[in-house]
Amino acid sequence: MSDFPHTPPRFSWTFSPEVNAEIRRAAASGIYDIRGGGSKRRLPHFDDLLFLGASISRYPLEGYREKCATDVWLGTRFAKTPIHLDIPITIAGMSFGSLSGPAKEALGRGASAAGTSTTTGDGGMTEEERGHSKTLVYQYLPSRYGMNPDDLRRADAIEVVVGQGAKPGGGGMLLGQKISDRVAEMRNLPKGIDQRSACRHPDWTGPDDLEIKILELREITDWEKPIYVKIGGARPYYDTALAVKAGADVVVLDGMQGGTAATQDVFIEHVGMPTLACLPQAVKALQDLGMHRKVQLIISGGIRSGADVAKALALGADAVSIGTAALIALGDNDPALEEEYRKLGTTAGAYDDWHEGRDPAGITTQDPALYSRFDPVLGGRRLKNYLKVMTLEAQTIARACGKSHLHNLEPEDLCALTIEAAAMAGVPLAGTDWIPGRAGF
Amino acid sequence: MQTFDLAAEGLRALNATLHALKDKTNETVWEVVNPRGAHAIAAGVDAPVEITVRGSTGYYCAGMNKQATIRIRGSAGPGVAENMMSGTVIVDGDASQYAGATGRGGLLVIKGNASSRCGISMKGIDIVVHGNIGHMSAFMAQSGNLVVLGDAGDALGDSLYEARIFVRGRVKSLGADCIEKEVRPEHLALLADLLRRGEADGKARPEEFRRYGSARKLYNFSIDNAGAY
Repeated sequence: MSDFPHTPPRFSWTFSPEVNAEIRRAAASGIYDIRGGGSKRRLPHFDDLLFLGASISRYPLEGYREKCATDVWLGTRFAKTPIHLDIPITIAGMSFGSLSGPAKEALGRGASAAGTSTTTGDGGMTEEERGHSKTLVYQYLPSRYGMNPDDLRRADAIEVVVGQGAKPGGGGMLLGQKISDRVAEMRNLPKGIDQRSACRHPDWTGPDDLEIKILELREITDWEKPIYVKIGGARPYYDTALAVKAGADVVVLDGMQGGTAATQDVFIEHVGMPTLACLPQAVKALQDLGMHRKVQLIISGGIRSGADVAKALALGADAVSIGTAALIALGDNDPALEEEYRKLGTTAGAYDDWHEGRDPAGITTQDPALYSRFDPVLGGRRLKNYLKVMTLEAQTIARACGKSHLHNLEPEDLCALTIEAAAMAGVPLAGTDWIPGRAGF
Repeated sequence: MQTFDLAAEGLRALNATLHALKDKTNETVWEVVNPRGAHAIAAGVDAPVEITVRGSTGYYCAGMNKQATIRIRGSAGPGVAENMMSGTVIVDGDASQYAGATGRGGLLVIKGNASSRCGISMKGIDIVVHGNIGHMSAFMAQSGNLVVLGDAGDALGDSLYEARIFVRGRVKSLGADCIEKEVRPEHLALLADLLRRGEADGKARPEEFRRYGSARKLYNFSIDNAGAY
């Protein structure tokens, strides 16, 4: 041994311990990693934007006295009965099957108490959710599990799902472990088998067909229900324009931070675009068509706080949708369950094997012993509280920007912390008047 | 009989009229004239009435039908009787792609040929095709019966679940996890009933059919089966 200092051990950035662990896991198992949730990468996001607040050139509204409205209309383009929500934060589609019945009930309870909607997800409409959701959006998915005209008519809106942010271009898989008798019956399949959800609709392809499909759905429901079209964040400018062309009342756009019940990790992390990059493209499509605010835009994928809500609305969304955040509010990944997460080989905050159905919180499971732990009344109360807090936070920011309605927020109220975020959001880099990519610079 | 002139009165008026019919209506027999290939004709009907469409239809005729008997005196565009719940739909001519897609119940009869993806993702519907069917028919079909008096195209029954397929003619190729299975006495009885109800009992005998179903090897994901996809 020489007396010279040794070069300390140095890990490769390219072959990091996490990368090497995945190589070893793949080599041992022969199968790709499947997990729930959305992208875990550090992505450009709403965190990279800041509000400027009022100053001499504009004045704020008094936080505890002056009104800042939060309501939103959805489906005003064609539907006879558009939806009016008290807050612009909706609950995203999450299926009964991926979630337990009590968890779906809690989503309905919390959303209704906060004055907003829930969304069914793949697998059909449950009584728990219809019964506890004042406003329920019924998803029309490629699998058509549980689809029937009676539920279409008792829904408050219909969401034609083309894609989702976690896996644009992908279908789904509910593994056999979660296929209980009830889930199997709702999906017309035997118990215990893997249930594939197709990536394309069985009876239409392309925007011209979609237009006819929407016509059929409107005819079946006598033109009463708003029809949403949900797209994954892949080509948001063109997909938004095509959805408008096809006759959508509302476009739901889901960025790659949006969660899924179960998909390949490689799909989640390597396909699709960040929510921040998607939103301005969709808004531009609506503006170019003269349809901004006429066809409403709901953005989802990584919305966590009132600040995120306010930033999304400032960039032109009419509302946002939350999925993962709602599950966390219900109790998913709670550190109080750390001991049980460790038994599953993970830790609170990182648990994402939702497809295995062993969720100690009783949310992403069909095991009666586990889901009976979950109190839907308490869960609903927690979700309501969280939605109220997000709304108050968004109002706080809006008033500071001098806005009497959340929809009055605008890109001019924002600046960006990074060049990437400035380019994606189309707002100036903080301290400059530079918007990368815009003419004149 | 009630006659509805679609060209004169329009699609919305037609479907609103049909949707207003309840179980106890006395207006039980309808004819729709001048359909001219319109889409979504008689979609979402939920009453035990008989509707005859005198001409060819566009997409999704009789979509999500419940209870009604709907006869198309012509050919049908894509997605005829898609997601049908109950009742009967009869196409006198040919049917375009996705006929009976995701249907959950009732009977769809196609007296001519059906195009690709006939019975895709079917979930309990019975389909009787007097002629041939196109490629990828009964893809991911979950339950119900598909009876074909003629030939079937490529990849029949790909990724099939529990649906049963009976073909009298030639099958160009079977899709992943679809295999030929034994025809047992209960299948002959089932076929006899379907042929009778499908207005085909004079055209074919149950003994002339071969049965196809799922090998059930792809029901639970296994890396060893990756090559089958």
